[in-house]
Amino acid sequence: MGYDLSMRVWRGDAGGGDLRDYSVPVEEGEVVLDAIHRIQQTQSGDLAVRWNCKAGKCGSCSMEINGKPRLACMTRLSTFEPTETITVTPLRTFPVIRDLVTDVSFNYEMASRVPAFAPRPREKDGTHRVQQIDIDRVQEFHKCIECFLCQTVCHVIRDHDENKQEFAGPRMFVKYAELEMHPLDTNDRRDLLREKAGLGMCNITKCCTEVCPEHIKITDNAIIPLKERVVDNSYDPLVWLGRKIRRRSKSD
Amino acid sequence: MSESSNVHTAPIHATAAEVHDYDVIVVGAGGAGLRAAIEAHESGARTAIVCKSLLGKAHTVMAEGGLAAAMGNVWPEDNWKVHFRDTMRGGKMLNNWRMAQLHAQEAPDRVEELEDWGAAFDRTEDGRILQRDFGGHRYARLAHVGDRTGLEMIRTLQNRAVSSRIDVFMECTVLRLLTENGQPGNRVAGAYAYWRESGTFVQFNAPAIVLATGGIGKSFKVTSNSWEYTGDGHSLALEAGADLMDMEFVQFHPTGMVWPPSVKGILVTEGVRGDGGILKNSEGKRFMFDYIPEVFASDTADTIEEADRWYEDKKTARRPPELLPRDEVARAINSEIKAGRGSPHGGIFLDIASRRPAEYIQRRLPSMYHQFKELADVDITKEAMEIGPTCHYVMGGIRVDADTAAATIPGLFAAGECAAGMHGSNRLGGNSLGDLLVFGRRAGGAAAEYAQALPPGKRPQADDKQVKDVIADALAPFERDPAQNPYTVHAKLQNTMNDLVGIIRTEAELERALKELAVLNEEAAVVGVEGHRQFNPGWHLAIDLRNMLRVSECIAMAALARHESRGGHTREDYPAADPVVFGKLNHVLRIRGGELQLFAEPLPQMPDELAELFDAAPAGAADEKKASS
Repeated sequence: MGYDLSMRVWRGDAGGGDLRDYSVPVEEGEVVLDAIHRIQQTQSGDLAVRWNCKAGKCGSCSMEINGKPRLACMTRLSTFEPTETITVTPLRTFPVIRDLVTDVSFNYEMASRVPAFAPRPREKDGTHRVQQIDIDRVQEFHKCIECFLCQTVCHVIRDHDENKQEFAGPRMFVKYAELEMHPLDTNDRRDLLREKAGLGMCNITKCCTEVCPEHIKITDNAIIPLKERVVDNSYDPLVWLGRKIRRRSKSD
Repeated sequence: MSESSNVHTAPIHATAAEVHDYDVIVVGAGGAGLRAAIEAHESGARTAIVCKSLLGKAHTVMAEGGLAAAMGNVWPEDNWKVHFRDTMRGGKMLNNWRMAQLHAQEAPDRVEELEDWGAAFDRTEDGRILQRDFGGHRYARLAHVGDRTGLEMIRTLQNRAVSSRIDVFMECTVLRLLTENGQPGNRVAGAYAYWRESGTFVQFNAPAIVLATGGIGKSFKVTSNSWEYTGDGHSLALEAGADLMDMEFVQFHPTGMVWPPSVKGILVTEGVRGDGGILKNSEGKRFMFDYIPEVFASDTADTIEEADRWYEDKKTARRPPELLPRDEVARAINSEIKAGRGSPHGGIFLDIASRRPAEYIQRRLPSMYHQFKELADVDITKEAMEIGPTCHYVMGGIRVDADTAAATIPGLFAAGECAAGMHGSNRLGGNSLGDLLVFGRRAGGAAAEYAQALPPGKRPQADDKQVKDVIADALAPFERDPAQNPYTVHAKLQNTMNDLVGIIRTEAELERALKELAVLNEEAAVVGVEGHRQFNPGWHLAIDLRNMLRVSECIAMAALARHESRGGHTREDYPAADPVVFGKLNHVLRIRGGELQLFAEPLPQMPDELAELFDAAPAGAADEKKASS
């Protein structure tokens, strides 16, 4: 059942690089990451790749496989023809460090700007009472494994480094959504989303939803409802009037 | 990296000597490390986390089933005493009683704290935190988020740490603990590390170090553990002169995937059995009824009817034998496979499809559904899973004080899987996540207090010669022939440990293992690597390999010395538990004069008021003398 797989792997660093050809024996049931590991073990011990759990739970082994952003540990070789050459390249949206490893610190920077969870006080009996139906939608967002595939596929930043300063990206919109929709949270991040996170730059092409390995409906369940909340907050005439009377926000 | 974030990656332009000063350095960013860092930071200590992977990728992320805490939300009869008793009995009474007590008492507070920090636990009908059944726990007590509780926990703690602006040095691996005058056993002065991304070195000066580096699974071929689990903390502590304890006890989780080969060992949560799944052999027999040990007989159902009734009726029915502690179930599966009643790919069948509706399975076990569908083409709502034992957890670790998590050298603390004592000879499912939080918090607090009590002038200084040695040692593989490949030595080590120090052990095999490990040590000492220092996995492995070998030697030595079977240590040549000698001692390992030495230390005795809990219980641990297998 095993065969020799042809692979092209991008090797290089920030200074440049190229695709190298490898032929590697593979077995039934294996995934792309297995083939990369075998290249490491038997041909190029210094081939750089990130990985941790190899079970689709940590989101470390993100790369572009035949041009599509995917997790290498969840991409089965059986989805390709044995005669097909599989090309693996680093995530395009982030700067290359070496080979298949990129500098994803942009995501950590954007995450550190998100105002933290701030719960309402506990009930008199010391509990928080929340119905499962209200926690369900937060749980969908909490499935995110931070593989950053949605970030790398997003055309707002994929080929536009200049947008990275003011666009947080789909992963961060999921993060804003989970906090905004958390039944216990009391913070309001709507102005921030509009002014600093670049929510308006998303034109809902749903590429992020398509690549999400956790099948989170990023566009429909996170981004669009956030857009609605921001619009309601910023442009609803009653809200506008209320704010004029009570206090001025920074955006006015 | 921008200045507005405290999460640091390797500097682009490496300086000759990158040095940072802190009060507390936490090594590891899983549940224990993050919780320790949060506590140290909130205690006012200047704190940093140093971790091997990107923040948020640590092995805690793989924890599935939940966090055991006697909150009593589902069964009001539950309380810390019942949880304490379950934990001690699960550990076959070899646990440090004080740790088991603190854990049972404090776990509920730690769960509520996570909720206050944003964790979205599953809910009961009346809106409180829902709790699920797990092996060895008398009541449904695991707070959970579907079957991805670890992810929820790590993300919640990660968010808390980032919003507290704790400094994080990620993809940065600690090479050695620095001690005063460079001598083992002296006060801790800091840690020396390298950035994985750039290959450059970085020195952390700190009087207090918390090790939270997790486990050792990567020494075994079939394991549920990620690459990070190379026993770094165990090895760093031992090298610095601290004691390890209970290293013979390694948990083989009963249910790992067995097919396809590339996923062999990946965890299948105990939650499958907690939610109604059963184990069957190739003859279709529900075989666990044949493997109920005497010590658990009075707590375990002996008919299928009673077992099935238990899920709804815990008052009159006893628990199904599938939910015995993990060591018992793993041994039973092993026996069935050996007797030729295994599944086509050498496992056993785990069946929930015929027991619960598809909708229920998908809701309760979403990531198991996903995992089998995508990696094995198996729909777990329609067919049984094939599973078998997989190396999952090490009960042994750094010997610590129960209340402060202090190791046996000044300034060193340890929490989580790399610490010993809490779980005795066998850990109950669901007791790990609570362990991380309870003792992570205690370690962080005690480390901060220790550091803050030392005025700047009184702090131990790093020793320049020690630093030079560490650097020379780390770079040596580049000077050698890359034909001596670290990957090859690693593969041999995994085979040795799997075949000779695995789930069932004998004297002859353990002695052979120690001989093979000695040869592998020589081979590891001459491995070479190709390429340069920037993100070079071959080099990283050459460094990790030493830790794996050192820890493996500890496991084999302690296993050879324990002439009994207990928990995660089963000897074919000593099949019974020995309550007279070995039931009263812990094995301690330390390096003295360059030699690894093993000592027997008497087990700390629990006070009478706790001991009484076992007399009053339906099945006392006193009859432990009956063989547990």
